[in-house]
Amino acid sequence: MADLYFAGVDVGSLSTDVSIIDHSGKVLSEIVIPTGVNGSEAAEEAFGSALNLADLTREGITAITATGYGRASVAFATGKTTEISCHGVGAHQLFPRTGTVIDIGGQDSKVIQIDSHGRMLDFTMNDKCAAGTGRFLEVMANRLELDLDELSSPLNIKGESAPISSTCTVFAESEVISLLAKNTPREEIVHGLQRSIVNRIWSMVTSIGVEGEVTLTGGVAHNKGLVALLEEKLGLTLNIPENPQTVGALGGAHIARRAYQSNLESPTN
Amino acid sequence: MSIRAELKYKIMKDYGAPALMVLQDFKRRKPRPIPEAFGPPLESNKRLKEILSRHYFLSRYTPGVKKVAWVTSGAPVELLRAFDFYTIYPENHSALVGAKKQGADYCGIAEGSGFSQDLCSYARIDLGHMLSGKTPAGKLPKPDLLFCSNNICQTVLYWYKAIAHELNIPLIHFDAPFVTTEQTEADINYMAQQLQDMIPILERVSGRIFYLNIFEDILKRSMETSKTWGAILDAMKAQPAPMTIFDAFGHLAPIVSLRGLPVAQDYYHFLMDEIDTRVTQGIGAISDERYRLIWDNIAIWYKVRFLATFFAERKMNFVTATYTNAWAETTGYLDVKNPWTSMAKTYGQIILNNNLKHRLDLMKKMIKTYSVDGMVMHSTRSCKPYSVGQFDLRKTITADLDLPAVILDADIADERVWSEQQIHTRLEAFCETLEGSKHG
Repeated sequence: MADLYFAGVDVGSLSTDVSIIDHSGKVLSEIVIPTGVNGSEAAEEAFGSALNLADLTREGITAITATGYGRASVAFATGKTTEISCHGVGAHQLFPRTGTVIDIGGQDSKVIQIDSHGRMLDFTMNDKCAAGTGRFLEVMANRLELDLDELSSPLNIKGESAPISSTCTVFAESEVISLLAKNTPREEIVHGLQRSIVNRIWSMVTSIGVEGEVTLTGGVAHNKGLVALLEEKLGLTLNIPENPQTVGALGGAHIARRAYQSNLESPTN
Repeated sequence: MSIRAELKYKIMKDYGAPALMVLQDFKRRKPRPIPEAFGPPLESNKRLKEILSRHYFLSRYTPGVKKVAWVTSGAPVELLRAFDFYTIYPENHSALVGAKKQGADYCGIAEGSGFSQDLCSYARIDLGHMLSGKTPAGKLPKPDLLFCSNNICQTVLYWYKAIAHELNIPLIHFDAPFVTTEQTEADINYMAQQLQDMIPILERVSGRIFYLNIFEDILKRSMETSKTWGAILDAMKAQPAPMTIFDAFGHLAPIVSLRGLPVAQDYYHFLMDEIDTRVTQGIGAISDERYRLIWDNIAIWYKVRFLATFFAERKMNFVTATYTNAWAETTGYLDVKNPWTSMAKTYGQIILNNNLKHRLDLMKKMIKTYSVDGMVMHSTRSCKPYSVGQFDLRKTITADLDLPAVILDADIADERVWSEQQIHTRLEAFCETLEGSKHG
């Protein structure tokens, strides 16, 4: 049997991620680049880099799933699936006992319940506001003149936190400005921001419920302070993938692989 | 009542309106091609359009002929019909504005006058219309009377108060106590008494005397019409369903705004015949119905076509909705022998005036009897009484019936609240769950 390779391309609002796997599910390459203004160019670029990294050619890829907000713009994809299903499958591949996935993405966050095969059973998403998302943290990091790594440094979770009451990103930014004007220590503001996101996530989690192990995906999973707060709030330990940003792309690659294999098994083929 | 105005009204009714229909027919552009995903369209659509156009057209010739009342969708309109009021339903008019994607313009006018953006968009559109005179219906008559009931929400009372204040006209409010567990004798008597107390005011405003036999005939007609509407909805249990709930959103207009009039009664017989024929011949509203869905809450008027197409292309059909059911659910209580108490039971127990447990039981029953595979809930910014509790309902229904569900965050008539990309992702993910649950 010739080697078969599958790819997932996740064109998100902030980053475009690609994952390439072989027929056994082994990851050959993963790429994360900023999406910028042109999703389809970003997809081309990221896919090209992932192919180079895996030392493969485009013709060598059997099937490609596009996902994320820009999934419609990925001309070379052979199938499309929402990032919600992809995160479910991706998290299941990395942590097979996952029952609940919390994905904090660039412009939305979601809580997904999956079954023992990684298939989505139910999900909930934040409403239209960007509060509780990666974009929220990016805006705030900018305002606090911190980079995202600094914003994610582990904090003492028992430490003081400045109250950020607003549920709107723009208004929360005004709150941060006034806190800075009052010389509130930046650590307290950072802590307040993290708490604010955790509270938003918490309300989504309670609306859908927690089943099995909980896996956190999306770039915000890099934020150690936030992870600690979320674990404290949920009262459990989260599974954190090594590359939380590429879980959607990985899920997409596995969906492409599963679709190909079930087509082979189907009696009509 | 001037003879001249009456003559003009009669001429317009007998000749003007039919001429308008011919003109509209002539002017109508080539019909939009029907996407393949849909079955043949309903013949009744044309008739429905005629009835509604005629109703709005004739309304402008009412001054000096008939007194005009603006009425809320849940108000006991049968009583007004006994005084021959020409009724206009601002909610229906606002839905029309919304469907024409003009909601934001009208809302903007109301907001400019100080009404909050958090206020219901039906109210803002209506206030925008009142303040500017703008309407896609040509021209609407000024009301002589306002008639509302808080059985659908508390907002209507304050909205109608604002109009009463602005136009300096009387407002009658029918106060329906919320049904927390079940209706009490005291509630029923309280409402029945209110209805009877309205008679002298209605006589004064209309200049007509109340005759019980006329009222009873109207009540009988209203009962019969609602029963036919209920039978039409029941027919959607057929597989494939003969129409989609998106069709029903349109065909709902006469039962809401022309209830108690012969035109509505005749219309539903016409529609029933067509639906029956479709069921007998196995004609479905969509070409290939694989999944059957339930809709909760009011329509998203500016996106009806988008949603209908989105689901039809995925072989999914909405076969029932709590919204369309509301005008058939409680009319069984109507009883000509006990007009007052039976109206209290009918109008006091409508879905939005009833508790969440009632709604849960009703929805579970609908899901079972209509063989429903999935649920779409529209959480609407405008209608809090309809939207509060949806998260709990969803949780219980998904858990108890193992039914995939999705909540869409949108609005009934203010298209500024719609976020296409977000809704699209949610809907697609919902479809993926649904397909997985049925075939997985």
